[in-house]
Amino acid sequence: MGYVAVKGGQDAIENANKLVDYFRWKGGTKPIELDQARTQMRLAVDRAMGEGSLYAPELAALALLQVEGDSFEAAFHLRAYRATLERRYVAEVINTREMFVHRRISSTFRDIPGGQILGPTRDYSFRLLNPALLNASLGSIEKFISDLKDEIDPRKLHEMTTYKKVIDIFLKEGLMSSQPRAGEDRRIFDVTREAIKFPVPRSAALQMLARADTGALMCMAYSTMRGFGMSHGTVGELRVGEVPVRVVDKRGRTRVIGKIKVSEAEMVGGGARTQAGEGGGRAARRTAAPRYSIGYGLCFGQNETKAICMGMVESALRNPNPDNPANNQEFVLYHTEVIEGYGFTNHLKLPHYVTFQAGMEGARRNARRNAEQGKQVPVSAGGGEDHND
Amino acid sequence: MIENLKFQHSFNYAYIDEYTKKEIRRKTLKAVCIPGYQVPYSSPEMPISRGWGTGGLHVTLSLVGPDDVLKIIDQGSDASVNACNLRLFVKEMSNCAVTFDTAEATLIQTRHRVPEEILTEKQILVLQVPQPEVLRGVERHEAKTRVMHGEADYAKIWVTLYEAYVRSGGLRSGAGHPIMVNGRYVATPSPIPSWDVPNLSMARCLYLFGAGREKRIHCIPPFTRVEPLEFEDIRFKVEEFVGVKCSVSGEDKAFMDQIYAEDLTSSYVVNDSNFLDKLRKGPRPPQKLFTNPA
Repeated sequence: MGYVAVKGGQDAIENANKLVDYFRWKGGTKPIELDQARTQMRLAVDRAMGEGSLYAPELAALALLQVEGDSFEAAFHLRAYRATLERRYVAEVINTREMFVHRRISSTFRDIPGGQILGPTRDYSFRLLNPALLNASLGSIEKFISDLKDEIDPRKLHEMTTYKKVIDIFLKEGLMSSQPRAGEDRRIFDVTREAIKFPVPRSAALQMLARADTGALMCMAYSTMRGFGMSHGTVGELRVGEVPVRVVDKRGRTRVIGKIKVSEAEMVGGGARTQAGEGGGRAARRTAAPRYSIGYGLCFGQNETKAICMGMVESALRNPNPDNPANNQEFVLYHTEVIEGYGFTNHLKLPHYVTFQAGMEGARRNARRNAEQGKQVPVSAGGGEDHND
Repeated sequence: MIENLKFQHSFNYAYIDEYTKKEIRRKTLKAVCIPGYQVPYSSPEMPISRGWGTGGLHVTLSLVGPDDVLKIIDQGSDASVNACNLRLFVKEMSNCAVTFDTAEATLIQTRHRVPEEILTEKQILVLQVPQPEVLRGVERHEAKTRVMHGEADYAKIWVTLYEAYVRSGGLRSGAGHPIMVNGRYVATPSPIPSWDVPNLSMARCLYLFGAGREKRIHCIPPFTRVEPLEFEDIRFKVEEFVGVKCSVSGEDKAFMDQIYAEDLTSSYVVNDSNFLDKLRKGPRPPQKLFTNPA
């Protein structure tokens, strides 16, 4: 009789909370300071801010500490906090041409105006565990920083602040059009204020992708390349850096309210498409210049995997195809939403005994009736339709 | 100083900001005006997981005031862990009173049960809904199901019921039997057992259904006709607990939980925890019972 008769739900929760704290502290180690987490777990903080849809490095670091590093929970805490904040202003559209660039690369061209800048990346490092990190001390860190500063030529420090974009090359060559795509819904939608309806405007798709789970987006993007899609996007330009955010205050003055770090990917796709070819005949298709389009990815912090995958998926979504999951708005947007997916898969831990009882009883009722009527019908013990909780 | 203050944030009354609460109330009013129609709404993130009752919480928090008496149940029980958790959250955020007593509550949030005791015009029942789209099982695309509702095109769900009959000999077994609301929209009653479905029709209270993850609210206003989908000859039936009595109260007319002991023998207990308490104390609370057609 144990389970139902127990009236101790509240005690159980309190004890569970205590045990969480016990498991956090039982190692007897020093607590990690917020600033340590913010600076030394930089990429985890960035990911949490992106999926949590709130640019707040300190709060993201707090969330990560609080949940012992779980990326889902950290994003979840930020989203829940975000929902309590009043929206006082709507920022001007950020302009990534103004970016203070930490890193920018292009894979479509060998060299690009301003040059390829590798910047802070692990892309070309050996993934070997590095025990030397265990010996890092404040002294060795200071020495490393001062040595690095000595390598920098101060005269060159302010030489170049912003960079042209690689898409300028495509635009200049007439390989890409800055015109909106015919028939595309370009209304500015806010997915945090309104429920989406399909087909969603491009702005809503981009917002949802920017908030989506990095892993889920990667799964979708990967599928477009290896058999469930028609594309292999190319990185037109990937840049990571800081951009200013501006709002217009109540007196109509534009104010810079700070800078945010973002990763931006402009994925070049649709190489086979030609302007004439869309409607014209074979001859027209041969002579017209090839038309490329951009799949756009942008997310908070340095999360290049996410920005690239977002660009690929965005490109796939603009070319609907019922055969592939990644080319389907409903499939992608609903199922990459991290807080919804995380919550619902974990709700399976809630008791379902009424639901289950209803299903079992229904199955027994059917079995009884069939037995009475002498019918031989296989009885499925249904819990109702499987979408029905 | 500023660094420290940043984390000492005091929350808005009932957690959600006033503009969003207003939006939710407006969408709820729309749902009341169009019984059974799923109204999209903003569905802000809650500090509770998606799928654990956030839709119910949105509706509850948008309505609750300091004079309200709140009851929250999960699978029929006030003591269930998730019910405790949600109750504590709403209480802390709104300073409302809380109760286990079904009759005393002004606002009841529930997961997958309608209380056995008849609710009155002074009460609102908020049901948590995992999947608001009753047609999702027959049509996976949201864009299409909305058109189907618009055109009252319910052929596919009727076919599903017929197929269930052909396969199993019954109309359908399990929770969440589809309902026709006010003769217009087919809707889900949320995964309540069939036992509870007849209580939705011509009720004195207001039923609000909140689906947080899917961002939809629908409603059954008081005194609204609700018919479970059934055929003329193959009728809707509620769960029959044949030869079963509650091992605590001796009751046989209520939805039952089957409890297994260590030796795997089983007994039954009335599922609705407050109803069971009242049965034991007496007098028996008013209850609406449905008799299965022959």
